[in-house]
Order: sequence, then C-alpha cells, then structure tokens
Amino acid sequence: MKKILLGLAAAGLGTLLAFGGAYAAEEEGHNAAEPTHFPIKKPAELDWTFAGPFGHYDKQQLQRGLKIYKEVCSACHSMNLVAFRSLEELGYTEAQVKAFAAEYEVPDAPNADGEIVNRKAIPADHFPSPYANAQAAAAANGGAVPPDFSLIAKARAVERGFPLFLADIFTQYQEGGPDYIHALLTGFGETPPEGMQIPEGTHYNPYFIAAKSLAMAQPLQDGQVTYDDGSPQTLDQYSKDISAFLMWAAEPHLEDRKKTGFRVMVFLVLFAGLVYVAKRRIWSDVEH
Amino acid sequence: MSAHDTTEPTRRDFLYIATGMAGVVGAGAFAWPFIDQMRPDASTLAVSSIEVDVAAVQPGMSLTVKWRGKPIFIRNRTPKEVEEAKAVELSQLKDPVARNANLPTDAQATDADRTASKEKENWLVMVGVCTHLGCIPLGQQGDFGGWFCPCHGSHYDTAGRIRKGPAPENLAIPPLSFISDTVIKIG
Amino acid sequence: MSGGHSSYTPNTGIEKWIDARLPLPRLVYDSFVAYPVPRNLNYAYAFGGILAIMLVSQILTGVVLAMHYAADTGLAFNSVEKIMRDVNSGWLLRYLHANGASMFFLAVYVHIFRGLYYGSYKAPRELLWILGVIILLLMMATAFMGYVLPWGQMSFWGATVITGFFTAFPIIGDPIQQLLLGGFAVDNPTLNRFFSLHYLLPFMIAGVVVLHVWALHVTGQTNPTGIEVKSKTDTVAFTPYATVKDAFGLCLFFILFAYFVFYLPNFMGHPDNYIPADSLKTPAHIVPEWYFLPFYAMLRAITFNIGPINSKLGGVLTMFGSIAVLFIVPWLDTSKVRSAVYRPWYKLFFWLFVANAIMLGWLGSRPAEGLYVIFSQLGTAYYFGFFVVLMPLLGLIETPRRLPNSITEAVLAKNKSGGQPVGIAAAPETKG
Repeated sequence: MKKILLGLAAAGLGTLLAFGGAYAAEEEGHNAAEPTHFPIKKPAELDWTFAGPFGHYDKQQLQRGLKIYKEVCSACHSMNLVAFRSLEELGYTEAQVKAFAAEYEVPDAPNADGEIVNRKAIPADHFPSPYANAQAAAAANGGAVPPDFSLIAKARAVERGFPLFLADIFTQYQEGGPDYIHALLTGFGETPPEGMQIPEGTHYNPYFIAAKSLAMAQPLQDGQVTYDDGSPQTLDQYSKDISAFLMWAAEPHLEDRKKTGFRVMVFLVLFAGLVYVAKRRIWSDVEH
Repeated sequence: MSAHDTTEPTRRDFLYIATGMAGVVGAGAFAWPFIDQMRPDASTLAVSSIEVDVAAVQPGMSLTVKWRGKPIFIRNRTPKEVEEAKAVELSQLKDPVARNANLPTDAQATDADRTASKEKENWLVMVGVCTHLGCIPLGQQGDFGGWFCPCHGSHYDTAGRIRKGPAPENLAIPPLSFISDTVIKIG
Repeated sequence: MSGGHSSYTPNTGIEKWIDARLPLPRLVYDSFVAYPVPRNLNYAYAFGGILAIMLVSQILTGVVLAMHYAADTGLAFNSVEKIMRDVNSGWLLRYLHANGASMFFLAVYVHIFRGLYYGSYKAPRELLWILGVIILLLMMATAFMGYVLPWGQMSFWGATVITGFFTAFPIIGDPIQQLLLGGFAVDNPTLNRFFSLHYLLPFMIAGVVVLHVWALHVTGQTNPTGIEVKSKTDTVAFTPYATVKDAFGLCLFFILFAYFVFYLPNFMGHPDNYIPADSLKTPAHIVPEWYFLPFYAMLRAITFNIGPINSKLGGVLTMFGSIAVLFIVPWLDTSKVRSAVYRPWYKLFFWLFVANAIMLGWLGSRPAEGLYVIFSQLGTAYYFGFFVVLMPLLGLIETPRRLPNSITEAVLAKNKSGGQPVGIAAAPETKG
C-alpha cells in the first residue's frame, strides 16, 4: 500500500508539473487590448446564504430579487420555466401569489369565435414572455435575444481552472452562477484598456463571459428600485438580491436537496461504520 | 480474539442483526423517491382547483369546462326545469342519495341538495361522466329532459339524477362554491 | 456457474421440489455464497460489485425518469426541467441518474486500472477481459446518447461533433452519418432514436455482465499476488467474507456518490447544458463529459497528416484505436508474472500510465492550442507506447521479484514480517 501511495504521489507530482507548464502557456495568450479569452476579469466570490452544506435561501432577499426582476429585468428577459405558484416558496401567501399573478396577462384558449384573447394569469401559469417570439425579441434589442432567466444562474459560470476546480470539491463551491451575475451587473462603467475597439451599440464589461462587450447597457443603478424592508438601495445590494433570486429560480429545490443530503450522509456514515465493525468481526478468524 | 466468553455469540448476532436492519431501512428510504415520483406532480395539483366565470350563462344555457381532465356541466336551469325536478318524489328515484361532494354522504337526492347552492337553485354543476361506464351524456335529451347517455341508454332528469337505464348512480357533483355572485370555484 | 461440484444441499421439502425442477437456489448458492474467493483480495476488488450495483441504480432511476421525459426536440428540455421542478423527488432522481453516470465511469476506470495492475487479463482470463472491454464500449455509447437527451447546448453540439467522427471516413462516411442521424443534421429523428437506444443498451450491458460474471466464475478471481489458487486454505467463502467486504466498499462509494448528488450536483456537468439546444449557435468550447476527455484529447492530438491519412481521419482512428488496443492487451503482455507487485519496472510505467491518462483528461478540457496540443501528442504517444511497446518489451527484459509459493504463504509472510495490524491499510504488496 505504501508503494501504491508513493507511486500515486510521484504520478501526481509529474502531472502537476505538466499542468503548470500548460497553464502558464495559456496565460501567455492574453493581450490587454485584444483579449482572446473571456471573461477578462474573474468574478469575485461572495458569501451567499445558500452556499455550503447547510445553505438556505434568505426569503427576504428573494422577495427583493423578485421585485427587481418584475420592475427591471422582466421588460426584456423572460423566465418561462417558473410558475407563479412556486412564489409561495418565497414566503408569500396563496392570496398574495394569486394577486401577483393577476397583474400579468397570458393568452387564453381560443374563445367561441376562434379568437385568442388575453386573460389574467392564475397561479398555475408561468411568467409570460415580454416578446411574442425570439424574432421579435431580437428585433427590439438590436439583434441580440435577451436570454431566458429561468436557468441563467446554472447556465452561466466562469471556468474555475486548475487547481481551483479541485478545491471546489471540498469547499462545495456551486455559486459560480450568482457570482457571475453579480460581477456582470456591477462591472459596467469601467474604462476599456488603451487601444481596445468596442463595437457600436455594445457596452464594455470585463466580466462578460463571451466577449469584451455586450448589447445590454447597465440595467441597474443606485436607487432605481424602492425597497420596503429598509435594505440599502444600492447597485451592489440590487445585484446580490437579483442573483440570489435567479439562483432560486434555477434551483428551487436547493434547500430540500441539502437537508435530504445531510440525513443521507449521516445514515451512510453510521451504516458504513456498522458494516465495518461487522466486517472486522467476520474476518477476525482469517488472516488476509 | 483470544478469550471466547459465553456472551460473545450474542454480541455478534446483535451486530449482524443491527447491520442488516439498518440496511433494510436504508433500502426502504431509497425506494421512496421511486414511488413518490408517480404521484401527481406540482403542475397537475396546481390546476386541481379552477375558477369559472358564469356571468354570461343565461337561463337555459349550459357551459362545459374541463376540471381534473373531466368535463364539468354547468347549467343555468330554466324555472320549468327546476319545477320538474322539484316535483319528483324521492321514491321515484333509482338512486336516492345526493352524490354531492359538498354534503354528507347520506344526503338525500332532493333537488335542493343537488343544486350548486341553496340561494341559487337554478345552477346545477355536475361532473359530466355517466356513472355507468364513463361516457359523456348529451344535454337536454332523453325521456326526462335532462341528460341522455347514448352509449348504453341511461336517462337523467333535469337535476342530473338517474331515472332509467343501466347507470347506478346520479351524476356526481364536485366540490364547489360561489366565491362571488358570478364566479364558481370548482375543486 | 463455477463448473465444480455443488455443495448446495436442499433441506426443506420445498427446496428439494424446486431444486429438482429449476435449480435456481442452487445456482445462487454456488455463485454467491459458497463460491470460493482468494483470501487476500483488497478493496480494489470491490469495484466489480460496486459496478453491478451502479448498473442496477442507473436502470432504476432511468426507468422512472423515462416516465416523465418527452423525446421530442420541442419538449425534451422543458420536460427535464419539469422533472427538476414539479415531479415529486424528480430533482433527486435526475441528479442520481446524471451523477450516477459519472460515478459509474469512475468505478469502471478503477476496475480497469486494477485489472491492468494485477494482470487480470492474462491467460486464462482473456475472454473475461474482452467481455469487459465490450461492456466499456456499450457504456460509452449509452452515456453519450444519454447526454444528448436533455437537449441542451452541449447535448446538441456533442452529438454533432461525435457523429461527425464518421464523416472522416472516405466515401462511406457521409452515408453512415446520415444513417445515424436520420437526417442531414442532429434533429428530432436523432433525439428519438437516441432515446430508444439509450433505453435499450443498459439491458444489453446487463446481458454482457452476466457473461462477464460467468467467465469470472469459471476461472475464479485473480488476486494481488497473481498466483492461482492452489488449495482450500487459499480461499474463503464468498458469503460472508467477500460480501461484507464489498458491502463496506460500497458504503464508502455511496458516501462519495451522495456527496456529489446532494452538495455538488452540477460539478460534473457543463453550464452550457442548461441552455436549450440551438442549431445556429455553437458554444465557445465544446467539451464532452469528463469521462470522455482523455479520448477527446487523443482525437485532437492528431493535427498532422500521416501519409494518405489526413489529420481528421487520423484523429478518429487514434481515438477508436485507443479502445481497440485494449482488446489485444492479453496478447501484448509477454510477462510470465501476472501481478505488478512483483514487477518493479512495469509498476513504475503503470503509474505513469495512470498519470498520463489523468493529464490527457485535463488536456481534453483545454482549448486545442499552443502547448496543450504538444502535451496531448506526447500523452497520446505514451498511451499507445505503454500497450504496444512497453508491455511486450518489459515482459522480456524485466527481472521479476521472487514469487511466494502460494497465496497462503504470501499472507502469512506479510502478517509476520510487517507486524502491521490487519485492516483497511493492509495491502499484500507490503510483504518483505
């Protein structure tokens, strides 16, 4: 066994050295004015209530995030996998959810004359899209379709790279999405490096995952949304709240998952202990 | 394990039994999600209760809506239909039980116990599924001016009570309530 | 199945009645209770049992997921999200299935490395090994098609790239690709047939697993010393000895599995697969699932033409070759000694091979540019060199260490000289 471990260690060391060389080579490719790898800057890691093995959503924060989505984001971004009924998980009552849904209109089934008219949404409906279809969305936004927000917090994550991605296994880092959204929203307004060409109609943001600039202008400003729970009405707070809300939208069963996980882990560890003791007993009369 | 005292076998047996039991409990817990996933999901349960606006339904008109995958007949009965239904003696009925989910199971099938509400005796709301073998009866047909099931010839009266034919029970009345003058909540 | 005489004795009348008509209890007893296994097996040998359980787990979760999944390009993505959001315990079942695939591959790679280390492929176990390689191939096909089903961006583009391999072959390539896809590009017919095959293949795997276990029970297990079982004292009964040891290994494996399912469910996946498939927009970097990365690195390592073979065909042949070479491993190894424990040079090159495989995996996830390509080429050269050059050569020039006369002797010698407590850390090669 000792030799196996030694062998593993040697092999690991060799691999590490090889990775180091290759990684340095990648870094060389960067050029301040014409970068080839995005994002230009990595997002900061923030503290989220839903991180870690006992993570849970802060319902107040999710409610603030919903307000931002409703008042700002939903003008362009759909969220069509999320049903109004699930808003009860944010701490709203059935009646509040019903009233919230009724503020939206969704197309009804064809009426007796064969026409489709809108009706008030009910809790069973999903958030309606701001645009009739992708073509309409593109036409209204200079050719760029605003992405749907249902899964955005899981569909965007900046690559962690070696060796961070290994450390992530032990720190249980799964918050790359919210970190990215927060970084993007607070990352507008920086001056591009000397010599960088920013295409017409786009906005420089060094945190954008796919290019040096994006079609969306800075969507949130200080004081733009009124909070009624006394939280600071700053861009930073807004960005945190909407990121947390979008994480909930993407992974509504996160709390349930982590709670179940704890019970499963406790059981498995105890059971493994029992089996190990039983194994020792059974093998006690055989040299092996 | 040099010394073999007499208590040892018991202790061993206990260990093996405990381990086996824990394994069985674990397997049982693991099996639960596989059964759980077959139950109606959240989107299905969300539409297990619906609200219907009946403001446009004039006397003598009917509306059919879908609830839990089945048709619901909502009829604004004419005074004549109500009178006909009230005139029927309980003894004339094949099924004397109201079959009304909003009333005790032994409520009698009087017209009052069949209507949607005591104050709105013109409204009749029923699950439009023949109690014989599940066909959908046709409205305002048959020997009693109520509903008639063409599959096997069951006749229902203007209160949806079985009067003739193979069906054993009156048409079922779903859980319902008027949440305003013109909106009925079903389910 | 062991071919030897059976020690099963039916006691009750019912047992006798059944035994005379369908001796299934006898088969189970002989195969999984009385079946003799070497007494010196370590935990590396638990992975066969772990794999059997993982196959069952994947089939169970897969069958219930299929109750909610819709194999249609317009519905597939949303039906998976419905499982995640609305279906009771749906998120758990889907994460079990998706991470289960990763765990399955993790276990199978350990199982294969164990076979390579202890020479489990050598005579008389060639067919056992070949059946294992067939299982690996079926697993790869199943996993690939399963990854297409959620119909995210990586599903779509992964399917496009992988089926594109076939276009590398001259003349027959394009018709083969169209046959696989049922069209000119990945689309609804592709998704439908992949779903059908993804449901079918696991049962074919189960069938080959039966043959694999049958072959195993004919020849018996190898063991860390590589010496064949010579007497009864070399073995213990499968139940309870091996079962309880396998059960403990399985528990540890399940702890790892549960850790990923509950705390890192998306660690093994790619964020882009949470974006619905778009046939007009390719993601910046297309990467396969981690378990295909070493092979993907070898595919991309061939950036040059080899005589009449262009680089595209060369890459595809290299990738297929990396699996194909496993089929002939039993005949490539010329050594008379089975286990790496007694082969100092082979042991060194084996661990280099493991490190090389991990490095290739990392390189497969990197963009194909600059130094990465050169490292991939070196890694590919070592991968094939290990099998085609080192294996035959080492057997001829290497001086193995002295072998013990029997398993029992090896075990007793180890426990006497090492003076270590018998337990989890005790592996046979620590003998003097």
